Amino acid sequence: MDTRFTKQEIAFREEARLFFAEAYTSDFKPRYEAADYRQWQIDWQKVLYERGWAAPGWPREYGGPGWTPTQRYIFEAERANADAPDVIPFGLKMAGPTIYTSGNEAQKAYFLPRILKSEDWWCQGYSETGAGSDLAALKTRAVADGDDYIVNGAKIWTTYAHYADWIFCLVRTSSEGKPQQGISFLLIDMTSPGIKVNPIITLDGQHSLNEVEFHEVRVPKANRIGEENKGWTYAKALLMHERTGIAGLANSMRGLAQLREMAATERHGGRPLLENPSFRHRLADVEVELLALEFTELRVLSTLAAGAAPGPESSLLKIKGTEIQQALQELSMEAAGYYQGVLTDERGKDDSGHPFGGAVRQQYMYGRAATVYAGSNEVQKNIIAKAVLGLA
Amino acid sequence: MNFELSEEQEMLKNSVARFVQDHYGIDKRKAILAGDRGFSTENWQIFSELGWLSIPFNEASGGFGGNAVDIMVLMEELGKGLVSEPYLATVLLFGSLVQALGTPEQKADLLRRVMAGELQGAFAWLERHSRFDLDDINTSATPSAEAWLLNGEKTVVFNGADADQLLVSARDSGDAAEIALFLVDANAAGVSRQAYRLMDGQLVANIRLVQAPASRLGSGGNAFTAMQAQVDAATLALCAEALGIMQYLQESTVEYARTRHQFGAPIGSFQALQHRLVETFMSCEQTRSMLYRAVCSTQEQSRQRQRDLHALKMMVARNGKLVGSEAIQIHGGMGLTDELPIGHYVKRLMMINTSFGNGDYHREKFVELGA
Ligand SMILES: Cc1cc2nc3c(=O)[nH]c(=O)nc-3n(C[C@H](O)[C@H](O)[C@H](O)COP(=O)(O)OP(=O)(O)OC[C@H]3O[C@@H](n4cnc5c(N)ncnc54)[C@H](O)[C@@H]3O)c2cc1C
Repeated sequence: MDTRFTKQEIAFREEARLFFAEAYTSDFKPRYEAADYRQWQIDWQKVLYERGWAAPGWPREYGGPGWTPTQRYIFEAERANADAPDVIPFGLKMAGPTIYTSGNEAQKAYFLPRILKSEDWWCQGYSETGAGSDLAALKTRAVADGDDYIVNGAKIWTTYAHYADWIFCLVRTSSEGKPQQGISFLLIDMTSPGIKVNPIITLDGQHSLNEVEFHEVRVPKANRIGEENKGWTYAKALLMHERTGIAGLANSMRGLAQLREMAATERHGGRPLLENPSFRHRLADVEVELLALEFTELRVLSTLAAGAAPGPESSLLKIKGTEIQQALQELSMEAAGYYQGVLTDERGKDDSGHPFGGAVRQQYMYGRAATVYAGSNEVQKNIIAKAVLGLA
Repeated sequence: MNFELSEEQEMLKNSVARFVQDHYGIDKRKAILAGDRGFSTENWQIFSELGWLSIPFNEASGGFGGNAVDIMVLMEELGKGLVSEPYLATVLLFGSLVQALGTPEQKADLLRRVMAGELQGAFAWLERHSRFDLDDINTSATPSAEAWLLNGEKTVVFNGADADQLLVSARDSGDAAEIALFLVDANAAGVSRQAYRLMDGQLVANIRLVQAPASRLGSGGNAFTAMQAQVDAATLALCAEALGIMQYLQESTVEYARTRHQFGAPIGSFQALQHRLVETFMSCEQTRSMLYRAVCSTQEQSRQRQRDLHALKMMVARNGKLVGSEAIQIHGGMGLTDELPIGHYVKRLMMINTSFGNGDYHREKFVELGA
């Protein structure tokens, strides 16, 4: 039992710290205000690519850095401390791993380098109006027609579909047997005729979600991952990946430090809010959970390092991680007092003169989604009850 | 012992509910808030015609002399309808302060115009550093030959952008350096306003005062005590609004759980969700009881009244957050949309939570008062 970093790991931490200090702070932060968000994000991911660090989790043979789980953990912490943005997960953390795990050679050769270089923006087409928590109830149909499928139906809640070049989709190819058995995993070009993207505005006033309609969309069978009707298996493997990342530990650690800074500048009864006992106690409640979660994540990482696949324990990380995120967001709102309500424009600007009210409002409102997406926390609890506790 | 509303109060309740049905709804609200002003002038005229703008003012001033129960009934219904007209700012803060402190001339002039729906008012007290303390302010008032002159900056002033007249709290430069209230014409020289919106749709403003000419509200003495009392009454009213919002969220969420199907069954059939909806139901009921308790003790000695008000605001903070976040969570993706009313109700609830002290603040005050 020893969690101290080795000499090499400490050296790696210095290397990562230096990289972010140089690559992000001086060059990228200022551009955020000017550039459009999509381009800015792509530019940043290309900087990571140039350094060979765009895909920390990928094996070396596909262009990953071949890091140990501990190195990935260190890298994440340094990224968050530099306030550098995370990569958009849909390509680098979802489509990529699915393709190198379950795709064929042609798919690997075409898609993986493009994903690595952020040449394509990806989105995830799983959910439908009738199929949210009960994903297997999905109805979007793909019917074989020679070398192609013809796809009809609609996906909903598709994050960044309006930016995307490609969408990976779960579609129904059979209605025989259990619902999970008739699903296939398709990669679909967003420029295909018959695709229509409709915006959905979220309660923070932003546009990241969409509905994606498919009208007689022709998709080559060559863009199917693995076997027909086996899509559920590939999707499940991917969901496990999605859940580990979602604990958002590094971001929460950084968030806690930022919350302290905010509370030090706000006044309460003529003193810094950070000195207020009620506030300090509530901060401590969150911090204690976070300290424990850090070790929960390290425990999971060490089993990964030993070669095991992420199991249902990743649900625990998702639940606790998102609860902590939301608790921090709530406290940030409280810290802002009256200014927690300030509305901002698309660039995050407002006229209130307050340094963080508008930003914490946006994070809080959008942050409500973290317990809903990537398998809601209720669904995660059902998974733990069944798969870990054996309460079927 | 009687928790029934009077016949007039039932009528008032029905009349607000009818207004919401005929003139409000989420789409109309959005259209109103997309405009330049924070509210609809037509709606405000309806408020006046229905007599709602006269409820808290005494008969001598031409009002109805309504009590805390009347205001509670009105505010709860406005909350259910998520009505964003500036009733709190113009009537319950500006108007009530004028009523409590104004000279006979000030009352006659200002209250008549408020009741006729001709005048928008605002109570400007908060400064950048004040947080929740009414007395933590620096704006100063110095006498000159013609008028008092105000200097300072007020922030997040409710209805501050639309107000014609402002009531500004400031320290006069006398020996006692007392906090007093000053009446300022919002369009006077020396007053500059920066408007912006809050998440609940309110149009608020930061107001900079540079040698702004003002007249004193009333003839001095005890302004702070009166100010605190009116803020307490307004806080009580806000809590009634919050309960209306919580009630709406609870009912819509139960309804959604009954009708939304996943895994071949209504999601409301899953016990994990049933128990959560029972928790939110109990939270609403407990909040209603606390509200009634606080309303009843407005007649009591100041200590008990204070205690019950702090208890109520604590409960609204805690239970409001619970009911709000469960409403969003149980609606799943739908709960995150701007299209559904749910999120808009939650945003208003969050603003109420932080107005005139959040839960922590009122818990500290409750503890300070002792058992
Ligand atoms: C911001 C955001 C981004 C998203 N991005 C994407 C995306 O990019 N791609 C994509 O495919 N999807 C995306 N989603 C969709 C997301 O995965 C779904 O919203 C989620 O699966 C829940 O489905 P639902 O919204 O239909 O809610 P429902 O499934 O209807 O659930 C409603 C409520 O019931 C609860 N519930 C359901 N079943 C049970 C049960 N058996 N026991 C107890 N409680 C239960 C849920 O936990 C939830 O609280 C996104 C969602 C959001 C909010």
